[in-house]
This record gives sequence, structure tokens and C-alpha cells, in this order.
Amino acid sequence: MNDRILNLLKDSFVQILLPGLEMTVPLTVISFSLGLLIALGTALVQVANVKVVRQLARFYVWIFRGTPMLVQLYVVFYGLPKVGLILNAFPAAVVVFSLNTGAYASETIRAAILSVPVGQMEAGYCSGMTYMQTMRRIILPQAMRTAFPPLSNSLIGLVKDTSLASNITVVEMFLTAQRIASRTYEPFWMYLEVGFIYLIFCTALTYLQRWLEKKLERK
Amino acid sequence: MLDVEKVHKKFDGQEVLSGVSLHVDKGDVITILGPSGSGKTTLLRCISFLERADSGWMDFAGTGVDMHRAGKNQVLALRRRMGFVFQSYNLFANKTALKNVTEGLIVARGMNRKTAAEIAESCLQRVGMWEKRDSYPHQLSGGQQQRVAIARAIAGDPEVVLFDEPTSALDPELVGEVLQVMRSLARDGMTMLVVTHEMRFARQAANKVILIDGGRIVEEGRPQEFFVSPRTERARQFLDLLGRETEGGNAAQ
Ligand SMILES: Nc1ncnc2c1ncn2[C@@H]1O[C@H](COP(=O)(O)OP(=O)(O)O)[C@@H](O)[C@H]1O
Ligand SMILES: [Mg+2]
Repeated sequence: MNDRILNLLKDSFVQILLPGLEMTVPLTVISFSLGLLIALGTALVQVANVKVVRQLARFYVWIFRGTPMLVQLYVVFYGLPKVGLILNAFPAAVVVFSLNTGAYASETIRAAILSVPVGQMEAGYCSGMTYMQTMRRIILPQAMRTAFPPLSNSLIGLVKDTSLASNITVVEMFLTAQRIASRTYEPFWMYLEVGFIYLIFCTALTYLQRWLEKKLERK
Repeated sequence: MLDVEKVHKKFDGQEVLSGVSLHVDKGDVITILGPSGSGKTTLLRCISFLERADSGWMDFAGTGVDMHRAGKNQVLALRRRMGFVFQSYNLFANKTALKNVTEGLIVARGMNRKTAAEIAESCLQRVGMWEKRDSYPHQLSGGQQQRVAIARAIAGDPEVVLFDEPTSALDPELVGEVLQVMRSLARDGMTMLVVTHEMRFARQAANKVILIDGGRIVEEGRPQEFFVSPRTERARQFLDLLGRETEGGNAAQ
């Protein structure tokens, strides 16, 4: 490794990190938050056995778990404009990532809700509470604690998956690295570097997850 | 005060309750006996609407309802006038003993925190669990959990409390503390409907005993009569079997 490479790595580090903070992070945070809301609703209508809506929820999960995210990105960004629905790159990515997160996380949350003994729901009824009251105050808090580790995994997965958004022209970390690589003819070092930055992001999240898990346990 | 009439309930085409009728007066302590699978749990669950009867009529202190057709709000209102103690306690695992008792008062009855806490204190005192108010269920023994569950069941000032084998899941040495709490509730005039295999409790604390078999009430009467001179052959058999098991050193299951 000579000085040229060293300088290149130093300069490009900031050039890649910046879109990381300005694009990858917001894309992840917004998509994951929306995804969690979608997941919660999708899980609840299934657990509560709401007619028709329940079938729609199953259908949605089926579609999004059964098709590649890359294909979904192409359909939404390149396909939908042909039928008159034009989305910019960033919103298109948010739509796909949150629907995807929603589909996977809904299964996690559903399983976590079902893991809480039914007796507690019945005890809620017998304390005079309604289904929703018991769900919100007794069942969901316990389910969320169970779902926390797998949901953290989904979040970490999403950080990495946002690199797919480069395919629909979102200028996030990976696309930035790609551009620098083709400009400098240093694909090896550039792709290693962007991989390293993803690793930093994910490592930070892993530590955050452990810390929060400890806090949850202590309660 | 509580009349239940002709409750029928089928599971998968199999009739589990075949027209059970029950009359409960205020202050009654009624024990329901019967072999395993005879429908005791199902009867209590139908009365509290945890299970929907196929047909049946309930008259609860002046309110009459069709047990099959009762609407959501009717069920909610009726449940708020009953307490239920489960075999497996079913405490809210994410709440302390105190919160287990106040939760229903605050959330379901819209009581303010202070009033709810005062009621919870007196209920937990009654079951001897006030010192443990800040413990979570997993930090308590089975007997302690069941006592908290009893406090929770009586917190809403119910007109009747249903107990489904409240001591069956407990280690033998913990049964006494729960029965003692139930006896003291009975002495204080609480109306109780108790499914149990504890014959001493049935003999001493109850004023009425009901024997269920195959989804029907086969005999009912005062404990003195029921245990000393049962009228039906079925009751004699049941008591014989129990007597033999007890002599053999095993409590009946
Ligand atoms: N949810 C259910 N689904 C199907 N069968 C049930 C259900 N609950 C109870 N049963 C059946 O009904 C019968 C009576 O059960 P149960 O009321 O629990 O009896 P007991 O409490 O007297 O032991 C049993 O044969 C049992 O298998
Ligand atoms: Mg039973």
C-alpha cells in the first residue's frame, strides 16, 4: 500500500461517510420506523382474526417475502411510472424498504404475541379489560421484549440492504463508492472501504442492541 | 343472586355441558366437585364468558342475559361484576404484584391511581401479600402468585368470585396458605363458586356442594348431607374412590 492509496482512502472515507450519514441513515431510520408500524398492524389483524383484512395481510406478507427486494425496487421505481405513478428515487426506496421490513417484522411480532400465554389475555378479560386494553398494556409489552433481538437483526440487515437503493439512483454510500472506484480505478480499495464503513455502522448497532437488551432485562 | 339455567356446550360435536342449572345466593360458598373431564372448568368459563355457551340463560342480580347471544358490552359489564381465579394464576408477567391488582381498576374501571392503590393495598393485605407488592410474578412462589391473583380477583368488589381448582397447580406445602385465604374470604361473606378437589375445604368452608359428572349435575346438597349420606349411587362411588385414594396417601387429582 503506497502513499497514493493511503491518501485516497483518507479522502474517500469522508466522501463515502457523508452520504452514509445523509442518505443511508435516514433511509434506514425512516423505512424501519414505518416498517415497524406496518408490521404491528399486520401482526395484530392476524392475531385478532379480523375478517378479510386478515387475508389481505397474509397476501401482502406472501408477496413481499416471496420476491427479491431488488425486483421490488425496479417495479416501484422503473415500472410504476409506466402506469402513471411516478416516485422519486428516495421515496421509492422508502416504500420498498418499509413494506419489506413490515412483511418480515410482522411475522416476528406475530410469533412474539403468540408466545405470551393466553391465560394472561383471559386474566385481562376477567379484570374487566377489553381485548385492545389487554393487548396494549399486558400482551404487547411482553411480546416486544421477545421480539427485540430478532427485530434488531432486521434493522442491521436493513442497513446493509439499503445499498440496493444504488440500483435506482439513490446516492447512498455504495453508489458513492462505486463512482469513486470507477473514477480512480481502485475498486479493490474502494469496495473494501465502503464495506468497512457498513461494518462500523452495524457494529455500533450491535452494541446499542446489547445495551438496550440489558436495560430491558433489568426491568 | 346468580342463576344459571340450562347451559349447553359442545366441543367438536361432543357435549361437555348438558343443561347445567345453578342457583347461587349472596354469601353462598359453593364447591363444585367431579371427576376430571366432567365439565367443571367449562362451566366456570361459560359463566365468565371466556367460553361461549351454545345455549343457556343467566340472571345476575337482576340482569338477565342469553348466554349464547350476549353482546360485547353486556359481557364486559357482567365480567366487571365477577372475579376469576385460575388454576395457573395467570398473573400479568410484566407487572408487579401491586400493578396486577391496580391494572383492571385503572384501565377497565377508570379509577384514579390513588384510589386504585388504596384498594389494592387493602386487597393485598387481606391475602398477606402487601410486603411483596413490588415483586414481579417470577419472583414469587406459586402460593404467593395465587394469593396475588385472588387479590386481583376481589379488587373490583365482585358480587361473586369463581375459582377454578385454585390449589391444583401448587406444591402440597403451599396449598394451605391459599386455602387459608379462601376460608377467610368465605368467613367475610364473599360469594364464591369453587371448583376443587380439596375435600376438607368443601366440608368445612362451603355451605353447598355440587357434584358434576358427564356434563350434568348429579347431586347437590349441604356438605353434611352430601359427605355423610349421599343420595345418589354416583355420589357414593365418587366419595368411595376419593376415600380410597386418600387412605392410599394420594390426594385426589
Ligand atoms: N377448548 C376445548 N376444545 C375442545 N375440547 C375441550 C376444550 N375445553 C375442554 N374440552 C373438553 O371438554 C371436557 C370437559 O373439560 P373441562 O371442563 O376442562 O373438565 P374438568 O374441568 O371438569 O376437568 C373434556 O373432555 C375436555 O377435553
Ligand atoms: Mg378443570
